[in-house]
Amino acid sequence: MEYVNAIIQGILLGGLYALFGCGLSLMFGVMRIANLAHGDLAVLAAYMISVLVSALAISSYVALLIVLPLAAVVGWLLQRFILDRSLKSGELAPLLVTFGLAIVIQSMLLEIFSANTKSLSAGSLGTASWKIGTQISIPVFTLMVFVVAILVISGLQLFLSRARTGRAMRATADDADTAGLVGIDARAIYAKATAIAVATAALAGTFFAMRSTFEPSSGPTQLIFAFEVVVIGGLGSLWGTLIGGIVLGVTQTVAGQIDPSYSILAGHFMFLLILAFRPQGIISTQAARA
Amino acid sequence: MTLLQIEDLNVRHGLLHAVRDVTLKIDAGETIALVGANGGGKSTLLRAIAGAGPPPDGRIFLDGDDVTSTEAYGRVKLGISLVPEGRRLFPSLTVEENLMVADDRREGPWNMATVLEAFPILAEVRGRKAGNLSGGEQQATAIGRGLMSNPRVLLLDEVSLGLAPKVVDMLYASLQQVIQTGTTIVLVEQELDRAMSTASRVVCMLEGLVVLEGESRSLARDQVTDAFFSLPSQSGAGR
Repeated sequence: MEYVNAIIQGILLGGLYALFGCGLSLMFGVMRIANLAHGDLAVLAAYMISVLVSALAISSYVALLIVLPLAAVVGWLLQRFILDRSLKSGELAPLLVTFGLAIVIQSMLLEIFSANTKSLSAGSLGTASWKIGTQISIPVFTLMVFVVAILVISGLQLFLSRARTGRAMRATADDADTAGLVGIDARAIYAKATAIAVATAALAGTFFAMRSTFEPSSGPTQLIFAFEVVVIGGLGSLWGTLIGGIVLGVTQTVAGQIDPSYSILAGHFMFLLILAFRPQGIISTQAARA
Repeated sequence: MTLLQIEDLNVRHGLLHAVRDVTLKIDAGETIALVGANGGGKSTLLRAIAGAGPPPDGRIFLDGDDVTSTEAYGRVKLGISLVPEGRRLFPSLTVEENLMVADDRREGPWNMATVLEAFPILAEVRGRKAGNLSGGEQQATAIGRGLMSNPRVLLLDEVSLGLAPKVVDMLYASLQQVIQTGTTIVLVEQELDRAMSTASRVVCMLEGLVVLEGESRSLARDQVTDAFFSLPSQSGAGR
């Protein structure tokens, strides 16, 4: 029964990982940018929320509603004024730029907020749970995060397949030069994609900060989880990201059930196993892209 | 009325001087064929008009407005549309999506329904991914996509390349419908007979220079083939 519980917790935790992964996947899919600052942008959003919460005496959820559009604006500006320029100088430049950005964000957070760990209050939701029988309890907050992750991923999927801008985004991902020839402003599309990606990172970062503590250096670990999720699930597939998140989450909680100290390590091993034996990920989109 | 005007256009690909001092005036409703041997600069000229490729020297006017510094997507909004060599469809999008993505909401006769009507072979493959089409279907999709923005000038690059003659016949039959709507067309075509029978005017390019230009009906086929292979210095247009 303990293991059933661990698997359920793992699946729900996978929702949070998928939220981290989907923005990373979107940016890589559309612009071929591996955003190494993804985790730090998420942590930055958590700090913004913590500032708003103490300054305005509002709940974390209300603060999130303020920070989400701000994060989208940050993403838009980031693409327009920094990443666009780097894209012109080859494939390596954006990688280095996002790496630099990651360090800048970490140092800035350390300077302003010190290295002390913080946490965001999840309100009464944070401690509530549903009991099924005597052994299984489902934390309401984690379930909510899972539901939000599914809503975000299906929303993104719907946007990409049905919306005018979403279609243009897929066309630009296929062939940016030709997109220009059919009237698509690739730079505007890129800015929108990054805006969406940073907003999802902010959402994930906030949920992460609500369920555990965070500090200025928390970003890179979240980035690694996000990368693992994307690779396990399959590059370029949003539903793959959800599956990747669940695989990573379940591996971590089941291993944690055996010995808590193996939890994170087991997740990394699972990632390596997938990389070794199914490098295209669980859901492969290679056929569609070729 | 001059719709498209090209003045002293020069395009360089690194060391290669692909288009040299090209000056052309194209009237509204005209169909022009750019002919000439490979490497003559035809495709480069077409791409320069569409705003693709290296930035050219010289000036390009659409309906009197200087569009030289307008980016490719902006020129589509003004009414210049290129059907690129090699089709360049978006492979992960369906035929229908390839068309929809190019719908720029410009007024005009072309929309999903009329494009599918003009290219009947697309009707049955409209839901299929563009990466899984035959050459003819791909080319029809590419031309249809070029029409979706209701261009004033449609630039067609190597429509018949690599396609069976039957398929090319069908595509040109569809193109006749486009010509009938009054769309100005500039096409690059290797097949001289087809170029001369479709276009009202033929422009022959050799090594980046325009070496011969004239009404298709007043030009003899031999004159054009001579220009194909003549050296620029012999034609009098070289320098």
